[in-house]
Amino acid sequence: MSDHEYTPKSKVGKWFNDRLPLLTLANHLTDYPTPKNLNYWWTFGGILTFCLITQIITGIVLGMHYVAHADLAFQSVEHIMRDVNYGWLIRYVHANGASMFFLAVYIHIFRSLYYGSYKSPREVIWIIGMLIYFLMMATAFMGYVLPWGQMSFWGATVITNLFSAIPLVGESITNWLWGGYSVDNPTLTRFFSLHYLFPFLILGLVVLHIWALHVPGNNNPIGIDIKKPSKDTVPFHPYIVIKDAFALLIFLLIFAFFVFFSPNILGHADNYIEANPLVTPAHIVPEWYLLPFYAILRSVPDKLLGVIAMFAAIFVLVILPWLDTSKVRSTVFRPIYKQFYWFLVADVLILGYVGAMPAEGIYLLIARVATAYYFAHFLLILPFLGFKEKTTPLPLSITEPILGGSPDMAMARDNSNYKKNL
Amino acid sequence: MSDSEKKKPNRRDFIVTATTAAGAVGVGAVVWPLVDQMNPDASVKALASTEVDISAVEPGQSITVLWRGKPVFIKRRTQDEIDSARDVDLSELKHPEKDEDRAKNPEWLVMLGVCTHLGCVPLTDKGDYGAWFCPCHGSHYDTSGRIRKGPAPTNMEVPKYEFVNSNTIKIG
Repeated sequence: MSDHEYTPKSKVGKWFNDRLPLLTLANHLTDYPTPKNLNYWWTFGGILTFCLITQIITGIVLGMHYVAHADLAFQSVEHIMRDVNYGWLIRYVHANGASMFFLAVYIHIFRSLYYGSYKSPREVIWIIGMLIYFLMMATAFMGYVLPWGQMSFWGATVITNLFSAIPLVGESITNWLWGGYSVDNPTLTRFFSLHYLFPFLILGLVVLHIWALHVPGNNNPIGIDIKKPSKDTVPFHPYIVIKDAFALLIFLLIFAFFVFFSPNILGHADNYIEANPLVTPAHIVPEWYLLPFYAILRSVPDKLLGVIAMFAAIFVLVILPWLDTSKVRSTVFRPIYKQFYWFLVADVLILGYVGAMPAEGIYLLIARVATAYYFAHFLLILPFLGFKEKTTPLPLSITEPILGGSPDMAMARDNSNYKKNL
Repeated sequence: MSDSEKKKPNRRDFIVTATTAAGAVGVGAVVWPLVDQMNPDASVKALASTEVDISAVEPGQSITVLWRGKPVFIKRRTQDEIDSARDVDLSELKHPEKDEDRAKNPEWLVMLGVCTHLGCVPLTDKGDYGAWFCPCHGSHYDTSGRIRKGPAPTNMEVPKYEFVNSNTIKIG
């Protein structure tokens, strides 16, 4: 069962594996012991890998037809839509693929929050995940600029102007980012270059993310440490592979619905108007997946503090493993945290909603309350709750509640530290 | 080696320090061109000034011209607008600037039509002060282009400009 003892059966395989142990790696991935109680919320890792590959493949193809120039970009996108064989399909898959990617990543992140997957010993997996998320936002933002429509141009203007809030060097930094004195052709060409690069950085981080995951192994819905391999685990192949594949099919149904039946519903009509530096659209809104952060930015009346609050909203997630003081991972055994968890979900949805609304009147008030609650959740409630909350008893193993007793006495000892914390 | 000998820098320490220093200079010399290539290039800087014919602008009218990729508002103000801009008590202002300093020739207000919040183009003759209003995040500017209400931190910027003759303004 152990990876180190693996020897390929064929002579050629053994010869190759002695020189480059790729077959050992493949064997590790196949046999990789996985908790047998993983539910469908655990299938989003596979779905996200699929999304990344889809974006890379469709993106490379689009890059063959797209022209990164302020005078030609808009036309070249229309050329892709009207003239290029299946260009409409490839572009719609790429554009909606970005939204599906974020949908999946938000589910993946909230699954982590619910089952405590960010807690020791999985902090590094979580931090790499947050880096990936941050790079995803940067990549999506730059990709949205490329069609050079009105929303592209003004979204780019607003977001790059965030850096002008930095005291003293703000203006130099924005001019450096733009390659000029406003968003213009030099900005477009560098965004294209970086938009092409970043997915490969993400791919590299995904490899590290999975590598870091395979050191402690998967967390699971009841969040206890399990002995691997044991009666609590199943091999990754075929059990998890088939489950992931089924979930991916369901996900693809939703994906295909957007691509074929409402490909523009997640975009903005303004982006079918070519960029015009003299006219700002009446209502600038980022793509839906950035709306909660946009709401936080706008809820603070001061420019610099607004920008700081927005970046802090991401940074609190990075240090989350140390903000949550509870030793119990799964929300299943944390009755009070469970309520706060759903408050947070509602809070983020509310932030997303008010982020799409004009920043005035009641919307501004709601945005301010929701922003305050967002930070309170991470900086006040989580650290405090870990000490005060009375958690319910943890089972000794995944099988214990069903079969009674641990399948392995060694495991019962392994979990003794959890018993102490109850 | 005794302790006293360890503390004294020897020839090897010198080589390590010198190599590190030379290496740091070398890395800097390689990195800087890679960073600086992103700054505004010569062709962008070459477009640093533009001349505008203002002979057709009537009092109360405003025109927008493009300078360095940014809109510039050139507003020929009416006497009422000049008065309302000059009668303001400086203590009321978020970013106190005299209208006299912003418009040397009181009839003509020349400024970047860029909201100092996040760079949108404000709408003319709109907002609480009957002058400019930014639709993006709700900043109100007065008839001197000064921020009066909303998230923008400073007044709209007045670029360097001069009257070449009574009908022409050179911006930049």
